[in-house]
Amino acid sequence: MKLIYSRPRSLKRTPFHYCPGCGHSVAHRLICEVIDELRLQDRTIGIPPPGCSVFAYNYFDVDMAESAHGRGAAVATGIKRAYPEITVFTYQGDGDLAGIGTAETIHAANRGENITIIFINNAVYGMTGGQMAPTTLRGMKTTTTPYGRDHVLEGHPIRMSEILAMLDGVAYIERVAVNSPANIRRAKKAISKAFQMQLENRGFSMVEILSPCPTNWKMTPVQAWKWIDVEMTRVFPLGVFKDVTEKNSAD
Amino acid sequence: MTKVLMDGNSAIAEAAIRAGLRCYFGYPITPQNELTEYMAAHLSRRKGCAFVQAESEVAAINMVYGASLVGARAMTSSSSPGISLKQEGISYLAACELPAVIVNMQRGGPGLGSIAASQADYFQATRGGGHGDYRTIVLGPSSVQELADITMRAFDLADKYKIPVVILGDGVLGQMKEPVEFKREAPEEPPIREDALRGARGRPSKIVKTFTSNPSELEEINWSLFRRYALIKKNETTYDKFMTDDARLVVVAYGIAARIARGAIKTLRAEGLKVGLFRPITLWPFPDEQIREISKLVKHFLVFELNMGQMIEDVQMALAGQGEVAFYGRPGGVIPTPNEVGRVMSRLYYQKGLK
Repeated sequence: MKLIYSRPRSLKRTPFHYCPGCGHSVAHRLICEVIDELRLQDRTIGIPPPGCSVFAYNYFDVDMAESAHGRGAAVATGIKRAYPEITVFTYQGDGDLAGIGTAETIHAANRGENITIIFINNAVYGMTGGQMAPTTLRGMKTTTTPYGRDHVLEGHPIRMSEILAMLDGVAYIERVAVNSPANIRRAKKAISKAFQMQLENRGFSMVEILSPCPTNWKMTPVQAWKWIDVEMTRVFPLGVFKDVTEKNSAD
Repeated sequence: MTKVLMDGNSAIAEAAIRAGLRCYFGYPITPQNELTEYMAAHLSRRKGCAFVQAESEVAAINMVYGASLVGARAMTSSSSPGISLKQEGISYLAACELPAVIVNMQRGGPGLGSIAASQADYFQATRGGGHGDYRTIVLGPSSVQELADITMRAFDLADKYKIPVVILGDGVLGQMKEPVEFKREAPEEPPIREDALRGARGRPSKIVKTFTSNPSELEEINWSLFRRYALIKKNETTYDKFMTDDARLVVVAYGIAARIARGAIKTLRAEGLKVGLFRPITLWPFPDEQIREISKLVKHFLVFELNMGQMIEDVQMALAGQGEVAFYGRPGGVIPTPNEVGRVMSRLYYQKGLK
C-alpha cells in the first residue's frame, strides 16, 4: 500500500478548536505542508496574532511567538534583522493587518523586509463575536453594523493586497481563497511561492486568503463557500498583484 | 583608558554598543535624537548588527520584542510622549520575560508638553507603565559617566532577570557634555542568549506567549514574576549618599535634580548647615530600607523633583511616619538653580530649628 496523504510533520497532533467550516484549519495545514516541503521545520518562527488564530501556537510544530494586536510585521522585522538566517512568517487577520496594524504592515512592506505574511481575510472580527472589520463588505450585517455597513458612515472594504502591491519593497502578493479544492490547491502554491521569495532574499511577500467564517456570517459552511465566490471575490478579486520574478522574466 | 567629551545621549549609544547591543530601533523625538543618530552612524556598520528607524514608537518597541525573542541584546529610546506609545510593547516584554533596554530622556508634560528636561514620568516608569501587574527595573543616572556605566549594567540586569530595564534620564542629561570613560571594549560580535527562539533544531519547538484562557495559569505566571521581583529588590537595589553621616536635613533626589541639590548642599555646608543628599539610583526597586535606616539618625527630609511630587510617595512609604517629609518641585521643564533649591533647604532648616 502506498501512503499518499497524511498529517504534515510540522502540524501537531492537536485537535483544532476552530468552528465547523472555518478556513483557519485549512490555511494552517497548507502552511505546514509548505514548511515540510521546503524543509523549514527547524528553521522557522511563526507569529500568530490575537484573535481566533492566537491558538495557532498550539498547532504549528515550529517555534512560535505571539504578537501584540497588529504588530506582527514589526515583530517579524525585529526577528529577521536580528537573525537573518531564520524563516519568519506572520499569520494575521483582517482587523489585525488592515485595521490596528496597517502602519506596521505598510512600512514593513515598503522597507522590503524579507518576511512572509499570511493574511486571513474573513471580513469580520471573529473571536470578539463578529464585529465590522476593515474588510467588511458594503451592506454586510455585523454586530456593529446591525443595519449593514453603510459606506457613508463606516467607509469601504479596504483592499490591502492592491495597496501593498504599489510599494517598491514588495516581492510577491497574491490573493487566494480556501473555499474549493481548486482554490485550496492554488492557495498552497501561493504560500509556497511566498516562502520561496523569502528564502531567495527577495523582500516582502504576502498571501491574502479569503477565508470562510460561517459562525459570524450566520451561514452553513456550504453557504459560506458559495458566498466567497459570489460576493467576496467581486470586491476582493483573486489573482497575483505583484511578482518580481515574473517581472524579471518579462524584462 | 582615556576619557572623551561626549553628550549623554551619544554616551548611552556608545556604552550600549560596547555592552553587546545587536539591534536598535528608534523613532525621532527631542531631546534624545543624538542617541538614534549615533546608532545610525555606528551600530549599523557593525557585523551582525542592525539599526532601523521605525515608522512609529509602537513599531520600534515591537521590533525590540522580535529581536529579543531570538536572543539579541536590543534597545529603543525615546522621550516622554513616545514612551507612552511604547507601553504596549513593554507590557508584552514583561509578560514574556524578555530582556530589553528602554531609554526615556524625559521632557515636560502632560501632552506634547515641552522639550525641556523634566522628571514627570516617574510614576509611569516605576509602576510598570503599561497594562497588567508588572514592574520594570528603573535606573536613574545623574551624570554622563553614570549614563554610560548604567547602560552597561542595564543590559546585564535585563539578561540576568529576563526583564525590561528602563533608563530614566532627562533632557539635560541627554544634551550636556561631560568627560566619560567607557569601561568595556565592544565585542567582535554581539552575544546571543542561549534560551532564545532560534528554530526547533535538535530540540522540541517552543512557544512564547502571553495569552491563556486559564486564569489560574496566568495567576501562576504573575506569582513567578513577583518572586523574581523580590529577588531583584534584595540583590540589585542601589543608591548613593552624600554628606548624610552627620546631617540634620537630608534631601532625597535622583537624576539631574540630585546634581542640582548636591551643588546647593556644598554651598550650605560652607555656611555650616548640616545637610546631606540621599540619591536613589534604582528607582525601582526603590531603596526604602536604606532610607528607613537613615531615619534612625535624621528626622527631616526634603524631597526635590522636577515634577509636582511623585517620588515623594515612595519616600513617605519608606519612612512610614519615621520623619517629616517636605517637598519642593518645579514641573513643566523648568530647571531651578542650586541657589533656588539652597534657599528652600535653608528656610526649612531654620524653620525646623535644626541650627
